[in-house]
Amino acid sequence: MTQSPTLPMTKRDLLSMIGKSAGATAMYMAMSSFGQAQASTFKGPIKLEGDPRGASVLVLGAGVAGMTAAYELEKAGYKVQVLEYNDRVGGRSWTLRGGDTYTELGGATQHCTFAPGNYINPGPWRIPTEHGGLVHYCKLFGVGLEPFQQNNYNAYLHSTKAFGGVPQRYKTIQADYYGHVSELLAKAVKKSALDDAVTAEDQAILLESLRSWGALDKDLKYVKGNASAGRRGWEKGPGGGLTAVPIPSEPLDMHTVLNSGLWRAIGGNLAVEHQYAIFQPAGGMDSIARGFDKAVGHMVRLNSKVTAIKQDARGVTVEYLDTRSGAKLTAKADYCLCCIPLSILSQIEVQVGDSLGSAITSIPYLPGLKVGLEFKRRFWEQDEQIYGGITSTDLPIGQISYPSYGYGSQGPGVLLGAYANGAYAYEFTTLSPAERVQRALAFGSQIHAQYQSEFLNGVAVGWHRVPWTQGCFAIWTEESRAQHYRNLCQMDGRVLLAGEHASYIGGWQEGGITSALDAIGRLHQRVLAS
Amino acid sequence: MGNARFLLNFTLGAAVGVLAAAAASAQTAGEAQTAAAMSAQTVKPGDADGAFVTGGKFSEPDGDKMYRRVCAGCHMPDAKGSVAAGFYPALAGNPKLAAGAYPVMIVLKGLHGMPPVGAMMTDAQVADVVNHVRSHFGNHYRDKVTAADVKALR
Repeated sequence: MTQSPTLPMTKRDLLSMIGKSAGATAMYMAMSSFGQAQASTFKGPIKLEGDPRGASVLVLGAGVAGMTAAYELEKAGYKVQVLEYNDRVGGRSWTLRGGDTYTELGGATQHCTFAPGNYINPGPWRIPTEHGGLVHYCKLFGVGLEPFQQNNYNAYLHSTKAFGGVPQRYKTIQADYYGHVSELLAKAVKKSALDDAVTAEDQAILLESLRSWGALDKDLKYVKGNASAGRRGWEKGPGGGLTAVPIPSEPLDMHTVLNSGLWRAIGGNLAVEHQYAIFQPAGGMDSIARGFDKAVGHMVRLNSKVTAIKQDARGVTVEYLDTRSGAKLTAKADYCLCCIPLSILSQIEVQVGDSLGSAITSIPYLPGLKVGLEFKRRFWEQDEQIYGGITSTDLPIGQISYPSYGYGSQGPGVLLGAYANGAYAYEFTTLSPAERVQRALAFGSQIHAQYQSEFLNGVAVGWHRVPWTQGCFAIWTEESRAQHYRNLCQMDGRVLLAGEHASYIGGWQEGGITSALDAIGRLHQRVLAS
Repeated sequence: MGNARFLLNFTLGAAVGVLAAAAASAQTAGEAQTAAAMSAQTVKPGDADGAFVTGGKFSEPDGDKMYRRVCAGCHMPDAKGSVAAGFYPALAGNPKLAAGAYPVMIVLKGLHGMPPVGAMMTDAQVADVVNHVRSHFGNHYRDKVTAADVKALR
């Protein structure tokens, strides 16, 4: 298929035509291009067929990767034991709520005092439709999903260098940006500037599409009127009765829109992993940990710090410390599936060859910081009509994300008051937790004046201070992928690795799950062949 | 203004390398694009010690401030590191600092889970923070590394 379909042809017509002319593979490819196939490599529940004849596997780490592997391996007939450093399962799939205590590296302890029902997910907080593996296990373990508001057109875009620091509604910036770009492109078409690139017939279609995309008027201009106000919002909105007549708002001029830099925030919302529908587990991300726990908890030994991973021709031996009693213990199995983050694994004695050893020690971990802030009331909903979604800012807090649950609640509300990246994440992390909260509050009050008077309390997690990951997740570059990725994923004797770090979906739970499924599939083949 | 010379170095190009690394990970693809695009472009007054000035580079003007606002996040304010599931090595009294080139390489290239933070510093900033660590926290090395040394190792 090199020709684009003509407009009257329906998608079903097209698929039928491809199916007849080019067979199933082309059909599948075409369907993928319409986004109807799963986007990650997850293709439905794994089937590990054949008898493992009593083979045993020691899984290290009870995050979603380790728990996925443990669940599927046990189901396939393996003897499975899981060692977990923390006193809970789930790893980074983690939620902080009232009553929780968190002690970071350096010893600072935070006592979360959020009101019942309020929470913050310091780690992963979203589940894209694309992530079919995680969605599958959520269904399997009865984890309820609810919509996550990724892009709220009523939330703000904010820059300290634009509009005098006054936040702008997302919808006004996007409407004005699209509108002006459309008008310019239409002007170029009408001036015949694109005659060498676009046929006359296509130009007519293009102009019509620009009118639609940019909310242009009959003269292909982006101007004050019902069309533009229908996108960017009204000066006075429509209603009923004698006060019904709407008054359109005045669009920003193109110079102002371009120089504000706020258009920079639009691209990120177009990424597949941020497209609707996108979900969160009801009640907090640790619902996933609890779901898995029901199925694999009996295999997991908590409070177990791995200190060495050894192997020979007959099996693997893992030395570990019971962090409660201090007892030095060992565990043995035929194989080891290691899901420990590389930031930790690189500091543990691991008996593997040079290529895997080098891969383990070569991948840095991303800094990141999240702050949860609780306020006396949901002023963002009550005063500003922002229900969930994200405000983006050039301030060090990076963004403010409003809760995608409990809309309209009258009691205290918790929002994500910072998700800092880059230099800001390092700089935030050096502060004490109380100072991080205070700084997030001070920065955020430039966007929401209600911050100072409504503030109750907060918690702050700097990921490089998290005792069991020392960072958010693996940072891969094109160079490190080329040099180390395959080596990292290859089985080394009786040891193989899984986790988000062994995936191309870095930092997402789907990366951990697809990595685990890929690893145990290969492990199973090896066992059947031995 | 002590950090004026660093402020002059802020360019879009400088920020891009760091952000490209972050954007390579999907979790922050959108956030990194947005945060990078939004924050790395603007320079703010920031803290007195040079923190919170811009997202794409470190703006701390001397070795002491760089240590306190960047390195201490992991190696701790007293440079004694910490231990849990893994560990952050102590820089205090660390014999591996004897040859100045070694810590320069670590800052520039990273090691184990440590990111190559030197990618977000100027040569002078790298030299300053290495010299600071080598002459504090129980370390008494008198020789200094220079910005030229750093440049040669980049």
